[in-house]
Amino acid sequence: MAIIHVDGQSYEVNGAQNLLQACLSLGLDIPYFCWHPAMGSVGACRQCAVRQYKDEDDDTGMLVMSCMTPAEDQTRIDIEDDEARAFRASVVEWLMINHPHDCPVCEEGGHCHLQDMTVMTGHDRRRYRFRKRTRRNQYLGPFIAHEMNRCITCYRCVRFYNDYAGGTDLGAFGAKDNVYFGRYEDGILENEFAGNLTEVCPTGVFTDKSHSEQYTRKWDLQFAPGICHQCAVGCNISPGERYGDIRRIENRYHGEVNGYFLCDRGRFGYGYVNREDRPRLPEWRETPRSEPASLEVDTALARISDSLRHARRVIGIGSPRASLESNHQLRALVGSENFSTGIEADEQACLELMNHLQQSAGLATPTPRQIEDHDAVLVLGEDPIQSAARLGLNIRQAVLSRRVSFGEKIGVPAWNAEALKTLGQDRYHPLFIAWPAPTGLDDVAEDRLAMAPDDIARLGFAVAHCIDPAAPAVAGLDEASTKSARRIADILMAAERPLLVSGGSLCSIAILQAAGAIAQALSRRARRGGLMLIRREANSTGLSLMGGPPLDWALEELEQGRADAVVVLENDLYQRRPREQVDQALAAAEIKVVLDHQRTPTLEQASFILPAASFAEADGTLVNLEGRAQRFFQVFDPGYLRPETRLHESWRWLHALTAKLQDGVPPEITLDTVTQACAVEFPALIGITAAAPGSDYRVEGLKLAREPHRYSGRTAMRANLNVNEPRPAQDPDTAFAFSMEGYSGSERPRQQVPFAWAPGWNSPQAWNKFTDEVGGHLRGGDPGIRILHRQPVRFDYPKEIPPAASHDAESLRALILPRLFGGEETSSLAEPIRQRMTSPVVLLSPDDAEALELREGDLLRIELAGESRILPLVEQPGWPRGWAGLPAGLIPGLAQGTRLPTPGRMDETTPGGPS
Amino acid sequence: MTGAMASQRNSLRYRSRLMQPESERSADTHPLTWRLRDDGEVVWLDEYLGKDGYQSVRRALSEGDPQAIIAAMKDANVRGRGGAGFPAGLKWSLTLQGDDMPRGYLICNADEMEPGTFKDRLLMEQQPHLLIEGMILGAYANNSRSGYIFLRGEYVESARVLNQALQEAREARWLGNDIDGSGFDFDIVVHTGAGRYICGEETALISSLEGKRANPRAKPPFPGQSGAWGKPSVVNNVETLCNVPAVILNGADWYQALSGDRTDDGGSKLYGISGPVHRPGLWELPMGTTGREIIALAGGLRGDHKLKAWLPGGASTGFLLPEHLDLPLDFDTVGKEGSRLGTGLLTVVPENQSMVALMRNLEAFFARESCGWCTPCRDGLPWTVKLLQALEHGEGEEGDIELLDKLAADCGPGLTFCAHAPGAAMPLETALKHFRHEFEQGITQSRGPAHQDPIPVGSV
Repeated sequence: MAIIHVDGQSYEVNGAQNLLQACLSLGLDIPYFCWHPAMGSVGACRQCAVRQYKDEDDDTGMLVMSCMTPAEDQTRIDIEDDEARAFRASVVEWLMINHPHDCPVCEEGGHCHLQDMTVMTGHDRRRYRFRKRTRRNQYLGPFIAHEMNRCITCYRCVRFYNDYAGGTDLGAFGAKDNVYFGRYEDGILENEFAGNLTEVCPTGVFTDKSHSEQYTRKWDLQFAPGICHQCAVGCNISPGERYGDIRRIENRYHGEVNGYFLCDRGRFGYGYVNREDRPRLPEWRETPRSEPASLEVDTALARISDSLRHARRVIGIGSPRASLESNHQLRALVGSENFSTGIEADEQACLELMNHLQQSAGLATPTPRQIEDHDAVLVLGEDPIQSAARLGLNIRQAVLSRRVSFGEKIGVPAWNAEALKTLGQDRYHPLFIAWPAPTGLDDVAEDRLAMAPDDIARLGFAVAHCIDPAAPAVAGLDEASTKSARRIADILMAAERPLLVSGGSLCSIAILQAAGAIAQALSRRARRGGLMLIRREANSTGLSLMGGPPLDWALEELEQGRADAVVVLENDLYQRRPREQVDQALAAAEIKVVLDHQRTPTLEQASFILPAASFAEADGTLVNLEGRAQRFFQVFDPGYLRPETRLHESWRWLHALTAKLQDGVPPEITLDTVTQACAVEFPALIGITAAAPGSDYRVEGLKLAREPHRYSGRTAMRANLNVNEPRPAQDPDTAFAFSMEGYSGSERPRQQVPFAWAPGWNSPQAWNKFTDEVGGHLRGGDPGIRILHRQPVRFDYPKEIPPAASHDAESLRALILPRLFGGEETSSLAEPIRQRMTSPVVLLSPDDAEALELREGDLLRIELAGESRILPLVEQPGWPRGWAGLPAGLIPGLAQGTRLPTPGRMDETTPGGPS
Repeated sequence: MTGAMASQRNSLRYRSRLMQPESERSADTHPLTWRLRDDGEVVWLDEYLGKDGYQSVRRALSEGDPQAIIAAMKDANVRGRGGAGFPAGLKWSLTLQGDDMPRGYLICNADEMEPGTFKDRLLMEQQPHLLIEGMILGAYANNSRSGYIFLRGEYVESARVLNQALQEAREARWLGNDIDGSGFDFDIVVHTGAGRYICGEETALISSLEGKRANPRAKPPFPGQSGAWGKPSVVNNVETLCNVPAVILNGADWYQALSGDRTDDGGSKLYGISGPVHRPGLWELPMGTTGREIIALAGGLRGDHKLKAWLPGGASTGFLLPEHLDLPLDFDTVGKEGSRLGTGLLTVVPENQSMVALMRNLEAFFARESCGWCTPCRDGLPWTVKLLQALEHGEGEEGDIELLDKLAADCGPGLTFCAHAPGAAMPLETALKHFRHEFEQGITQSRGPAHQDPIPVGSV
């Protein structure tokens, strides 16, 4: 702590910060551009000048850049000094010299940091009377639009993209007043975090293309606190809606989960919410082949309940992409003995083991942000950038942070970004990745060990044995792996805070047990460290805590005729099990009720369809991969602008159905009651009620506004339907109002913030007004609550270690590689994500290719799970023999390790080959 | 050296030549140039060794006390000859050394691009071994493992001579492992620049040397703490390094005495002059020689020209007037007059030269050479150029001069990221101060309303 004096007032601040950060944390306004809380200071823009005095007696002082000046004890500065103000006005005037005055047609307008800073500094008259510089723009892919004329050369884009996110295809070109930020030629920005440029850029150079096509000003959007449903990390998002469509996803600051950044799947994968072909009314199919007919709600509920009432037995299939509340309500409908999690058995076994390891393996599970505090990382059988992208970005920061320790030695503060980069060069905290294919973290990894799944497990067991000889030894380990294991073990033991990352991507119990063994070994050797286990879907953790037999059981029950009705909750079974098996199970069921928000192949088999609300139209709770229960809130009421639609949360549908089945009038159900009921039902989920404030939460007696107070057009936006403006939709479930009326300020600490706005701060930088210190935690507490805790039980070292993998080119097995774009069901339905998917290939080891007399580029026919695909062959050096790498999402229902028929080359003469 | 090149060197256009014959130079008084030949040919290793070459290295390495070199440099008060005048001994004493520190780099700043400056070129083209000798001493004092000569790319002849001399030195075991049997290892690489003025700024030079954009770096940390590739690095100008051998051989007192009573700054200085004088060129003179003496050595101004103003040491120094001609040209005295000694190579401005046109030319150079990192320099300097162009064309508006005043003030030291913009501001500020009436003559129009049609005046 340090005392600093600002404009004659004394404040206590964090002395490890720079003055800009310290002043912003105090709520004082200093304009800035190049500085970013996550990326530190570089002193480029010169916008944050203040006058600093040597001591009490110094009345002259000198102008300094607050971002480059430490907030040392007894520092004296004036922000409101005349000369400092004049200089700051000069800086904005220079920045605006070439900036087009296109705010009215610029998509950044209304949430533009440059606008905010220009107003803050008082620049309102243009004195530069000469010609402006103009530039051409580039095509940067489906996500991001480029308008270089607006650039003010703050260098934030390249600092984020290259230095923070590890990108290589965005650069600063040219010099003087003609620095160009772009790619060396037009093309898709390759980095998985490119979308953050839209928020990192202080003005409108990089904007959200998916928003552009359906543009609405920020102040005209309606927001709610959302949780990204596109993977298990649980990033906090602010989805913005207008006219019943989600128009963009902005990052919602969370001090422990996502910080300031999202991955591109999360940011641009929302398009499925807006799809025209979504089911919006209940539907009924008389026979499996007949066209579905729409039903009114009451009719639908009556018919479905009639059907179910007459069924012998109803199986409920839950979903790891649906909320806890919806799954709970399904279980309540069908009874616990008939409820399946909807997760494939092997995956569920992995999930259960992961929960167990998190409770018993002896290492704490860090938050994503805490990952960055670790000083050695072993990734065992995961490709985090593809399977849990935001975590991959955290791991990168952990590895890069070694430079901070170099800085400490010679007195360079942690915020002095460029200096630390120079000092650190390519010296990183050690990162080892055991994964068969190249990963997005290889560039900062000490080693990537390309291995088959069982060999990864064997390596892991060997590491554990090196750390703690009581852990079982691995028989017959080859020399190279033995050496690697010894090296990794030494490094993990030498670290102050080693981190172990593993997960379910390879669906291997052996790998997870090996991870558990390492964690256990480290904890027995009294090492503080972290264990982070990656799950696949938004609510995988939640469903596995809820428990129940897996999907395979449910399909079996149906197929064997032990049940004749099934209710499927937001789950495309064809994504999880082979087509044939699902077909047979569904064919055996007479009554098939499917609730979903997408027209999935499963939905096409339904006798009854209930249109479920997506995350944008629903409230609910998810549990992320750290075991944090987080609530997501309905962004808009779909019925207000489209009165003909009948979208409801699945839990609401299922509750109504339950009531109908019992011939009762449905008692009122609200989010609070269903969450409470779920918490009471499952001891493991008891904490979830505390994940967010209930519907009675008020600030200054007000509900919380979903709309900014400048929201316009409310009285007109429905005029095409009826000139009478109806009462705005009411929200009985939450503390939020579908209105600009309500609390939307930053003065009162609150956890749930639909959109960040503070007077004078319209850009995402407004989050700094909601945090305890800039880059810290929300003053009202970071949202969510951890419900998966360590237990006083000890994970016993497994006894069984898999034998070494055998190589057999004639009997290849499928190794499914997670992929960020295309590897997840719902986001793959979003158009920009579809455009961003790379063409699928099949990976083989060069030796196997040779054995099969195949060459790079050959087109192979892959027949699996009743599906056939023709893919080009890529020979991947180091790829394990006996395995064929296939991208996730390409062949639905294909399980890890499935044996492949020997792939045949497509000849020109082969029928069905590409012409 | 071909005859053609020699004759080019002797042509009038070629100003990087010493104007003092061998007979006027001695080891006692001209430590930088006494070995140079009248015919301008390169002093290669044999001749250099015959003229006491590498004796300082032999002595220093055999004494085995690197700290003594630093102490001698401090006592001699050798101030940086690149223009900033920072004491070299002090800089060396701040270089991080120790068992937990990697051995870093000794970097010679030979990116001589200051307009009006051509002194380092002479030293490198005609006497490469003196620089190498100085670098070995510097490296020994700073525990550097490798040396770089960051050479202005256009200095093709210097590159050729230096590389050949380095090869000679290597073959004679003055470079490489175990130099002169001392156990000290050091070698030097010539790195030619790609033609950016900003690379003369020591941290931008390091960025460029690393293969990155030539952006300067924030200080602290200083290069001595974290320089090239994050290792302790020392950057010294060519002339500074060429001073080291004589300091080591003859001692600090001798060095201090070279400048006599003229100044507290010791040693000799390669002064020079360009502009409309009879004999432009270079002289090694005691530190503190006056502008009047140097102009006299150059034979005075050509024709009927009268002196209007002069720059004491390159385009980034402030204008001085004829009344300043008797000031001793040392770092502190010139600094007190609102200018800087800079490189010590004078540029004379004759009476008939328009200061507006001259300033437009200089500012166009500085604006073009901005690296583009910080705002005042990147976007402020081009605005000064456009304003100066408008004034030059008689299209100035009321308020333009005040705007130039403000722009120059806003580009002052501490406000910008490095010294580039302050270097651009100093001549502008002094020109506006001393010759304001010339700028006022360019103002022909009242202040235009905001948003009137832009006046195209070319582009920078």
